[in-house]
Amino acid sequence: MKQSVFFGALTGAVLVGGIAGAATLDDVKARGKLNCGVTTGLVGFAAPDANGNWEGFDVAVCRAVAAAVLGDPNAVEFVPTTGKTRFTALASGEIDMLARNTTWTFSRDTDLKFDFVGINYYDGQGFIVPKALGVTSAKDLDGATVCIQTGTTTELNLADYFRANNISYEPVPIETNAEGQQQYLAGACDAYTTDASGLAATRATFETPSDHVILPEIISKEPLGPLVRHGDNDWGDIVMWTLNALIAAEEYGVTSANVEELSAAAGDNPEVNRLLGTEDNLGAMIGLDATWAKDAIAAGGNYGEIFEKNIGESTPIGLARGLNAQWTEGGLLYAPPFR
Amino acid sequence: MSDTHAESVAFVRETAIPPALPPATVSGPVKWMRDNLFPTWANGLLTVAALYIIYLILSSSLPWLLGGIWNAESLAQCREILQGNSAACFAVLSERWNQLLFGFKYPPELYWRPTLAFVLLFIAAAPVLFFDLPRKLLIFTGIYPFLAYWLIWGGTILTPLIALLGVVVGYLVFNRFVKGSFAAGMFGGVAAALVVWILGGMVFSGADLFSLRSVSSRDLGGFMLNMMLGITCVSLSVPIGIALALGRQSDLPIVKYICVVFIEFIRGVPLITLLFVASVMLSYFFPPERTVDLFLRVVIMITMFSSAYIAEVIRGGLAALPKGQYEAADSLGLDYPQAMRLIILPQALKISIPGIVNIAVGLFKDTTLVSVITLFDIVGMIRGPILASTDWNGVYWELFMFASVLFFIVCYSISQYSQWLERRLATDHR
Repeated sequence: MKQSVFFGALTGAVLVGGIAGAATLDDVKARGKLNCGVTTGLVGFAAPDANGNWEGFDVAVCRAVAAAVLGDPNAVEFVPTTGKTRFTALASGEIDMLARNTTWTFSRDTDLKFDFVGINYYDGQGFIVPKALGVTSAKDLDGATVCIQTGTTTELNLADYFRANNISYEPVPIETNAEGQQQYLAGACDAYTTDASGLAATRATFETPSDHVILPEIISKEPLGPLVRHGDNDWGDIVMWTLNALIAAEEYGVTSANVEELSAAAGDNPEVNRLLGTEDNLGAMIGLDATWAKDAIAAGGNYGEIFEKNIGESTPIGLARGLNAQWTEGGLLYAPPFR
Repeated sequence: MSDTHAESVAFVRETAIPPALPPATVSGPVKWMRDNLFPTWANGLLTVAALYIIYLILSSSLPWLLGGIWNAESLAQCREILQGNSAACFAVLSERWNQLLFGFKYPPELYWRPTLAFVLLFIAAAPVLFFDLPRKLLIFTGIYPFLAYWLIWGGTILTPLIALLGVVVGYLVFNRFVKGSFAAGMFGGVAAALVVWILGGMVFSGADLFSLRSVSSRDLGGFMLNMMLGITCVSLSVPIGIALALGRQSDLPIVKYICVVFIEFIRGVPLITLLFVASVMLSYFFPPERTVDLFLRVVIMITMFSSAYIAEVIRGGLAALPKGQYEAADSLGLDYPQAMRLIILPQALKISIPGIVNIAVGLFKDTTLVSVITLFDIVGMIRGPILASTDWNGVYWELFMFASVLFFIVCYSISQYSQWLERRLATDHR
């Protein structure tokens, strides 16, 4: 193919030891691009538009990190991954971080040697059933056929839930969310289960959404968040605090509209000043410019703006903030202090 | 005498009656229908039932197809226009047309390059497929892979030029030594080509001549990717398959067992496993910045897979030849390469055509499997980006029908060509 292929094969064996030690931040800066793993397509969370530009809730996290590190929200190489390839892509160093609605679990954090750096969406697994089925609770689903995405935590949760309630079910394994929708609509399964956010997005696309009900039971905790490789804590800190900066920005009322103005000179709120780099220099402590957080917020707005633009109530997906509201408004979002 | 009865005959016809048409019941459409559709009561009933079923299918699908909406910006808008009627929303095809054909990352202003490569493909393939055409055209066929590479991936023209130069030098060396011994020609040719590639790579590394804008493999997609994978892999796997089939029959034990192990191993492993190895496992062996191009990895895996199958088909062709053919070649004093090239393979390949075409068609359709390793071929485009966009989430039939139509056109043409080829080559004694 190219010459690089030829020499790559030769040098490959020599350089293979070099992955583990290298600092991801230096690699990203040298490359001038952030390699960010995303899903191959999930409504509202990540999908390319008609012009091929990626957009979505997870994509916004990638762009914020790229803006914080490189100063350019477009300096991202989006690497689409499936449920099966995402972890190998991260472990092998093909991507620098993974923002692919991935659930934070014990074994993924420890056994698979990754570090989850935060939670950008609190989700939970639910069920959708046709109204005609007359089911009002997940406990009524005894003997039902259930469409379920393979290779995900939802598959395990489903087994746990039905076993705990001593009822039986028949799984219909599917590969992608799109396939799940179609199988469910075609009547291949009585119920479709996935994260509640996905169910809402799915129901929004139905011809008659009112014919389908999302059951009240949420059978699992699905904290979704970005993750990085274990062992490079400096890089993990950068991704973690970029996410925290987006959340804190909403709490302090810093938006994409006023971030320029607020960062021009130190203001009354010392926390905002520290966040935007007009007081102290937090950026230097993580090896970035003083304006890192300002760049990250300017990329796509604060957490609330990103939420509203991609999955909020003004979009066809129409998710309410719920658990994902700020702690001051009864939600779970709580960014540690910037000090 | 003849006048005797002249008055007793009332009328004598002096001209011939114009030939009448046969009765409607023994010719024309009526007869055809009686013979083919209603020969017996039972068959007549079956015909009526079949017609009714065809009517049912058409009456429900035709309005859906013909009433399709071609202009809308999203599925919601489609449904708004339809006002609850059922019809196709083909607007997704018109809006995402380029994405379906070229993937979502190929730069739109460069679409002419793969399109041109596609058009030139017909010129390049013609002399191979239709051997009545002038043989001089084969020169273009030889140049085409390098030209197409340059057009699709871009970059400097020096890369494909050096590759081409290496092949030409290798061929000349092969020609020079093949008269002495086939093995000397073969190894000499390969060595000469390698020398040219390495030297050329060193001399011209960094040089920039006639540079087209470079497009990386990750940016390829859509039906273009299926076509590229299909054509590359079929054209590579036929010669490799021939070599493997001959190797399997070889008297040299090492060659024979290498071929047997290769064929049996590859045939015993599902293609999707090989693709996962190509995309996931190989990236563990290389450092992140120095990996083999993903497209190349996939081409290698699919080629290995299909060449093992083609080898077995050709082995069938070789086995079908009477032993007398091999002995006749030997008795003419031909050496092994000559005997194979002039006597055995032309007959064996002719017998193998249906099998080879069968595998080629299957292989072409198998290229959609690359969507599971996150290459965005046409199925990957549909299942991933298009169905996951907020606008088009929920459109299935229209998109997958479009993909089927594209695949049907290509596969049906391949099958028609192979039937023509079989008729053209039919020299057996009937």
